[in-house]
Amino acid sequence: MKNKSLISINDYTREEILRVLDLAGEFEQDPSQRILEDKVIATLFFEPSTRTRLSFESAVNRLGGKIIGFSDTASSSSTKGETLKDTIKTVSNYSDMIVMRHPVDGSARYASEVSTVPVVNAGDGANQHPTQTLLDLYSIRKTQGTLNNLNLFIVGDLKYGRTVHSLLMAMAHFNATFYFISPPELSMPVEYKMYLDQRGLKYYEYTDFKEIIPEADIIYVTRVQKERFSDPIEYEKTKNAYMLNNSMLQNTRNNLKILHPLPRVNEISTDVDDNEKAYYFTQALNGVYTRQAIISLIFGLKN
Amino acid sequence: MAKDIKQLKVSAIRNGTVIDHIPANNLFKVINILGLDHIDNQITFGTNLESKKYGSKAIVKISDKFFVDEEINRIALAAPEAKLNIIREYHVEEKKTVTVPDSFSGIVKCFNPKCITNKDAVKPKFHVISKKDVSLKCHYCEKITDQEHMVFI
Repeated sequence: MKNKSLISINDYTREEILRVLDLAGEFEQDPSQRILEDKVIATLFFEPSTRTRLSFESAVNRLGGKIIGFSDTASSSSTKGETLKDTIKTVSNYSDMIVMRHPVDGSARYASEVSTVPVVNAGDGANQHPTQTLLDLYSIRKTQGTLNNLNLFIVGDLKYGRTVHSLLMAMAHFNATFYFISPPELSMPVEYKMYLDQRGLKYYEYTDFKEIIPEADIIYVTRVQKERFSDPIEYEKTKNAYMLNNSMLQNTRNNLKILHPLPRVNEISTDVDDNEKAYYFTQALNGVYTRQAIISLIFGLKN
Repeated sequence: MAKDIKQLKVSAIRNGTVIDHIPANNLFKVINILGLDHIDNQITFGTNLESKKYGSKAIVKISDKFFVDEEINRIALAAPEAKLNIIREYHVEEKKTVTVPDSFSGIVKCFNPKCITNKDAVKPKFHVISKKDVSLKCHYCEKITDQEHMVFI
């Protein structure tokens, strides 16, 4: 993992994923270690993302590293027409690692090819967001005590949601059973179902989850975005079918936890927030430890 | 008999490579992929010739040109059934078929309009995930381009 860019969740083997999670656990015990004191980390956010950027910056600051970068393209030279290649080439002269969020699919892999320092993908368009996936896995393992043989419910926009695609590929290492719950127009693309078929993993598709909710170990909720629907009336009709509220959690398993990559709009009712099965805010905190683990493994500061 | 007709339509070469069984509508793609429009060798070709397999096929004969496998396999996407005859002194010295490579760059466009290869000056690169009904995974955006949506550059 040392000096290796992290672009896609597939860049890490099962063992490497587990190593990240173990180390994230160590950082949770002791989050302020001054191991990055001589390091400069560039956070290049070509697209705004408050949560991910702050989580990375918090991770670096707690380890004593320095941050340079920009949080929207208005303050970067890409508004002057500079190509991604030139920006990356330049910034890799100034920093020891680049953390990048970019709206174009595949931009992160390309950046890692032109950069002289390791690149960590903090989201490239609709493609990948591997650090989110690793923090999701950390949250799942922490709450369930294991990653193996779980019933994973994934709810909402399964067609365009990059977090659900990466999560699916990662959980395929751990013999999960998948329950896909979405409106038909936002169902899981066939290539991901093929991915599971090839590995002999079970999955079920539903358009409603009220009946099957007692089977869930993890419910991973994502936002159904209005702009995905051509007909606004269709959106109004479907959005409520995927809304989770407190009364629906009555007959669920004791170990059930509800995850959400955030930001949430209305897909999880606020009356769920105080339920002990709601885990999405702690999940966000776990992002700091997971990113500390990823950064220090890439720098070779931990083994 | 069929052989005689072929010889009448596209004359024989002394030394070089004959590429046969190219689907007629992909002839110019094959020419493009191999860069035949940029070389000085003598080239003769025939197209819309009768073929039992395709209805109509094309054939290209390139004098004094011998391809390495890696180079010639690039045409497998446009002409999966292509047959190569390596000619020395008017005789077929060797016959070859083409196979789709495991990965390659260029040749086709990524199907995803939001992919970096369709936005910036980045050369497309693919990993072949299925060779039978050809299906390509983009090295950059990881989206799948299938046979039906393949557009040659």
